[in-house]
Amino acid sequence: MNTNYKITSYCHIKNSKVSLNGSVIFSEQLLDFPEFIKAAYKSQDTKYPKFFKMDNLSKLAFLAADILLKNENLNLEETNNIALVFSNKASSLDTDRSHQKAIQHKDNYFPSPAVFVYTLPNICLGEISIKYKLYTENSFFIFDHFNAKHLLTYTNSLLDTNKAESVLCGWVEFEGDHYEAFLYLVSNEGNIEHNKQNIITLYNT
Amino acid sequence: MNKTFVSYNNIVSSLGFNSETVVENIRNEVSGLKLIDNKNVLPEPFYSALINSEELEQAFLKLQPKEDFTRLEKMMITSLNEVIQSSKIELNERVGFIISTTKGNIDALDENNPFPIERAYLSELGKNIKEFFSFKNDAIVVSNACVSGILAIAIAKRYIQQNTYDHVFIVSGDVVTEFILSGFNSFQALSNVPCRPYDKNRTGINIGEVAASVLVTNNSKNLSNNAVEILGESSCNDANHISGPSRTGEGLYRSMFSALNQANLKTKDIDYISAHGTATMFNDEMEAIAINRLELQNVPMNSLKGYFGHTLGASGLLETIIGMHSLNNNILYASRGFETLGVSKPINVIKKTTPKELKTFLKTASGFGGCNTAVIFKKIKNNYV
Repeated sequence: MNTNYKITSYCHIKNSKVSLNGSVIFSEQLLDFPEFIKAAYKSQDTKYPKFFKMDNLSKLAFLAADILLKNENLNLEETNNIALVFSNKASSLDTDRSHQKAIQHKDNYFPSPAVFVYTLPNICLGEISIKYKLYTENSFFIFDHFNAKHLLTYTNSLLDTNKAESVLCGWVEFEGDHYEAFLYLVSNEGNIEHNKQNIITLYNT
Repeated sequence: MNKTFVSYNNIVSSLGFNSETVVENIRNEVSGLKLIDNKNVLPEPFYSALINSEELEQAFLKLQPKEDFTRLEKMMITSLNEVIQSSKIELNERVGFIISTTKGNIDALDENNPFPIERAYLSELGKNIKEFFSFKNDAIVVSNACVSGILAIAIAKRYIQQNTYDHVFIVSGDVVTEFILSGFNSFQALSNVPCRPYDKNRTGINIGEVAASVLVTNNSKNLSNNAVEILGESSCNDANHISGPSRTGEGLYRSMFSALNQANLKTKDIDYISAHGTATMFNDEMEAIAINRLELQNVPMNSLKGYFGHTLGASGLLETIIGMHSLNNNILYASRGFETLGVSKPINVIKKTTPKELKTFLKTASGFGGCNTAVIFKKIKNNYV
């Protein structure tokens, strides 16, 4: 089995900052998440109106993925075999709470399909797949904490079995005021070896 | 690469608390779907297949629980316990553990639920099941909409082939809740009659509940008598829409194509398709298109939603277990609710339960987010005894 995969690039969105490969590319203090992510999105000049319909988790995951994939200069006319392997702790609980609020009291009952569809964590994978035409492997996992070992094993498995040419993987967490995205791309290209220690080091960057 | 098998299995459902009883009910075309009128969960009456609470309580108490568990946890523990016991596998470091679910204990978000809100976290569900059985490894929770149950089998195989584990136990489950029903109802996707997958007069889905469990293993000895080998698996996104299936069946077509390639099989080698068949207009049509694109339209197929309703994150695993029994019993089970073809392409829906020599089957599933999964299984009976 080939274990010489590389971490090609990585992106963080946390603490009012967006960074690509360790360099801050957008920063804006004093904004709450909806304002922050909108400002970050605008700073990237990604013209994609569907962004505004997404829930918070999808916006966070979409923007981090968009920054990384844009950096790859993909040819969208061709099929890009990039798998998506995402994880978090809170699943889609932020939107789950919105749906619960809409059904909690029978005298104020307003469930909506536009909200309900986002009560699944993998919807953000669908959003990214649509934008980048990724007809690829998608999986969403839930862990108590960032699990580098699992991401490493599963990503290697997809690459070893030629299920994907590269894998976009990581952690996208949104709950209450807390948000954190750490995504990285694994392929044969790059300078950082794809191993557990490097994943943990980059995660903590 | 080493071979990987799906072996011991259990179903806790409206049609019984072990796989054999459930399969016997399906053979007799008994459905678990009943009309439920409960204004606390949905303003209008609806069809659902619910697990009998008293029977569940009795079965669960036999396991001498020391704490309070939610309904879903009781279902999952009762189901998984039987599989662990019959496999006689020691739960050491080489044994992995996967939970597949879409919403877990989502009812804990309800103000009137006796459990704390923390219970709604899927990682809590993982911890509770892990601790009950004293697994050495943490649960890997997969939550990938309605493909979760079948995707879990692909994930288990991948872990075994990466040599992380020798055996992986999977438990899948979702419960029927107001949360789920109100959501599907807002999509106007619920049928007010028992669902009729692929039928001209289909009017939408019923939601049901089950817990299903299997052992996935690399050990060709000590297998259950209905064990199957996993020959190929693939999961592909539609890259089209988050809540509607692709009109060309793109992701499902690619998933089946790639699973066949990995299995090194041709379409003529597939004896039976256990399809998704939710009985919504768009899903069933999409499946018929994808099946025709791959020239699988003559292969006998069914949807089991007419027996259990759509059991969400458990459906793929539940239907895989029935497929294993189908192969072992050499019987094609009727696709309940189907009379007249109601999709635009020809497909061979099983109208009547029929004996037939079977060797391989293809299991498919599709879900919100545009996800699709296909896995191909082969009967191993007589080969490894």
